[in-house]
Amino acid sequence: MCDSCGCGQPGKEPIILKPGEESHHHTHTHDHHDHDHDHSHEHDHGHSHERKLEIEQDVLGRNNLLAERNRGFFEAKNVLALNLVSSPGSGKTSLLERTIRDQGENLSFFIIEGDQQTMNDANRIREAGAPVVQVNTGEGCHLDADMVNKAVKKLEVEDGAILMIENVGNLVCPAMFDLGESSRVVIMSVTEGEDKPLKYPYMFRSSDLCIINKTDLLPYLDFDLEQARNYAQQVNPKLAFIELSVKTGEGMDSWYDWLRQTANPSQV
Amino acid sequence: MHEFSIAMDIVDIATSTARKEAATVVKEIEIEIGQLSGVVMEALEFSLEAAMKGTILENARRNLIIVAGKARCTQCLSEYDTDTLFKPCPKCGTCAPDVIQGRELRVKSLIVE
Repeated sequence: MCDSCGCGQPGKEPIILKPGEESHHHTHTHDHHDHDHDHSHEHDHGHSHERKLEIEQDVLGRNNLLAERNRGFFEAKNVLALNLVSSPGSGKTSLLERTIRDQGENLSFFIIEGDQQTMNDANRIREAGAPVVQVNTGEGCHLDADMVNKAVKKLEVEDGAILMIENVGNLVCPAMFDLGESSRVVIMSVTEGEDKPLKYPYMFRSSDLCIINKTDLLPYLDFDLEQARNYAQQVNPKLAFIELSVKTGEGMDSWYDWLRQTANPSQV
Repeated sequence: MHEFSIAMDIVDIATSTARKEAATVVKEIEIEIGQLSGVVMEALEFSLEAAMKGTILENARRNLIIVAGKARCTQCLSEYDTDTLFKPCPKCGTCAPDVIQGRELRVKSLIVE
């Protein structure tokens, strides 16, 4: 069973690479679950020594602890870390490409890409001109704090930079896994239906900003923007919204303003 | 969806605690699962059954405690029960709840020997 998702082969580690490294990587470090098979029984007393141990331990504790370490690291380096989540095909990578091309002169971007397989997204980001590392989870369906911790070390993020983590395209699982991000951005597109937030409430509830992409397609669809916002606000009243089209550029300025303001709150 | 990895984490927590306390058998494990935690009970039951085999929890009784979901209305501050993340306030009708209970996923206690 894979380390995070309970599927696939035991002990298979995610692979973390920079573009161009594919030919000479090899996997090591197996972080196994150490199952205790020690059956050494003590001599039988004839009566039980039962005792109760109060544990009160949070099950997702390990990921949460690592996430807090990441968070501390980002704060110390004044890095704005964003966790970009969405279903596959909403436009996460395209949004990053355009952001890097448009704002690369003004802002320092570092990118972590997450996918099951391929270096495709990382290669696109490299073409756009930002330092990037690709995490291939294999059969895993989300990034976790440990993967981000390792990827960040490989990336050598600079002080004051904006780190954007493009999570695996999946509206279910990433919601449960804190990466240590400063903010979580959920991206949906107008081709997905207004009730997306209701169908995936955990994801929308755990996000700070909702980007609604592909507004250029609105004339061809029955998508009701206001209804989508209402549904999202039912699940998360504090959610902020930006509507944009990565393709035409409409609304992108609002996104860039949000980035600048969030990275440097004192310098608005 | 991650019930199996959650089950394995539960077994890890129980095993390492039991070992630290020099226990050799776990007789019972008590687990708190919030109604709003996103965990599917049947899937977790099934996964625990599998994950506990061959460990010191093999024959342990499983006591799964469901923690009810509770929300506080951010408008009128009244508290109410809920089994979803977006139930409107029964008092003022506003749909702006703060979840105050029900997201737990915790190994509460063990009975060991």
